[in-house]
Amino acid sequence: MTLARDDVERKKFLKMAGKGMGAAVAASGLAAFIAACGSSSSPTTTTKTTATVMPSGDLDIVNYALTLEYLEDEFYAKVATSGLFSGATLTTLKVFGEEEAQHVAALYSVAKSLGTPAAKPTGKFPLTSATAVASLAATVENLGAAAYLGQAPYIKSPEILAAALSIHTVEARHAATLNTLTNQSPTPDGAFGKPMTMSQVLAVVKPFIA
Amino acid sequence: MTTTLDSQKGGGELAAVEVHGITRSSFILRGALTAGAALGAGAVAPFVSNALAADATGDLDILNFALTLEYLEANFYNVKAKSCNLSGNAKTLAASFGAEETAHVDALIAAIKGGGGKPVAMPTFDFPVTDEKTFLSLAYTLENVGVGAYNGAGPSLVSKALLAGSIVQVEARHAAAIGLLTGQTVVPNGGFDKPLTKTQVLAAAGPLIK
Repeated sequence: MTLARDDVERKKFLKMAGKGMGAAVAASGLAAFIAACGSSSSPTTTTKTTATVMPSGDLDIVNYALTLEYLEDEFYAKVATSGLFSGATLTTLKVFGEEEAQHVAALYSVAKSLGTPAAKPTGKFPLTSATAVASLAATVENLGAAAYLGQAPYIKSPEILAAALSIHTVEARHAATLNTLTNQSPTPDGAFGKPMTMSQVLAVVKPFIA
Repeated sequence: MTTTLDSQKGGGELAAVEVHGITRSSFILRGALTAGAALGAGAVAPFVSNALAADATGDLDILNFALTLEYLEANFYNVKAKSCNLSGNAKTLAASFGAEETAHVDALIAAIKGGGGKPVAMPTFDFPVTDEKTFLSLAYTLENVGVGAYNGAGPSLVSKALLAGSIVQVEARHAAAIGLLTGQTVVPNGGFDKPLTKTQVLAAAGPLIK
């Protein structure tokens, strides 16, 4: 996580990332949030594209997690009614979906206690075959685990960190299960989970946002 | 300017006001988390309280406690497994997970030494298991206790959050993989993994340490 070297850009960014950030997210949705994380190269963004600028502060982190959980929740809801799965696999996917919904509720509450919760994004997920969807589910869960791990060192409140850790390991459980069900290793990164930055994660999820 | 909790405006200044030893924002957050009004927040609440009750004894003490658990798991998978007549997936899993626990041991020793501390010596263990069934059953317990231990201690760590997080993610993956293999739930705590106190961890793991 590096800060913009250009002081003017940094000040512009920090102005966005301060108390106004929550309002910006709520008003204009995910677009503003993604722009702030420097993952877009649009000339209309105020951040430098050569430097990775991260929003700071627990509200931003919680809203980032909330955004991801909204997407997971929607994904599983669509998967459950897709007709692609049955039996034990369907049950597993439904259980995981219920847990993502619980994550949404918890993070929404936390965000609300800090400021303005992020707006719910609209997802778009290809649901072509059982194999492809199970594989996508595994990708999403592994990404979620990496996302939480990436933010762990930056969460300031011990209460929020405790909540994030309790969610992080559930995403890891989901990931390991889906990996195994799709004939992949439950520990694809070996002995240590790999963290991903906000920029990296949002770049991967961008195609799944309508 | 009066600084009473009743004032809902001017959050910027009030947020930093200490109330009964905790900051105002922390006070509000605890209220939100323990209110139980929303399913999500209520679900997280007991777990957050549990984590906050954990002893904060400093990073090196916490890492040494983790090291003891990792010694235990490494020994279990690498040594004890040999006398349990494992085959197939169980055998593969024990070998793979054993290598990962060994890597955890090494990383924790390096982190403790790097922090100017002295790594604890490896204890001797006594695992009351004799065959594949009992081996996997204890493995399931140990991995889940490991997740709880790291999640419990996590918020107390000052500087090793990423290391601990990258390890606990893998413990959670292990727990899920073993659950899947043995027909036990991959999510024994549902949507939020439960942080354990040191006392609770020792209650589970203590009997195995000679």
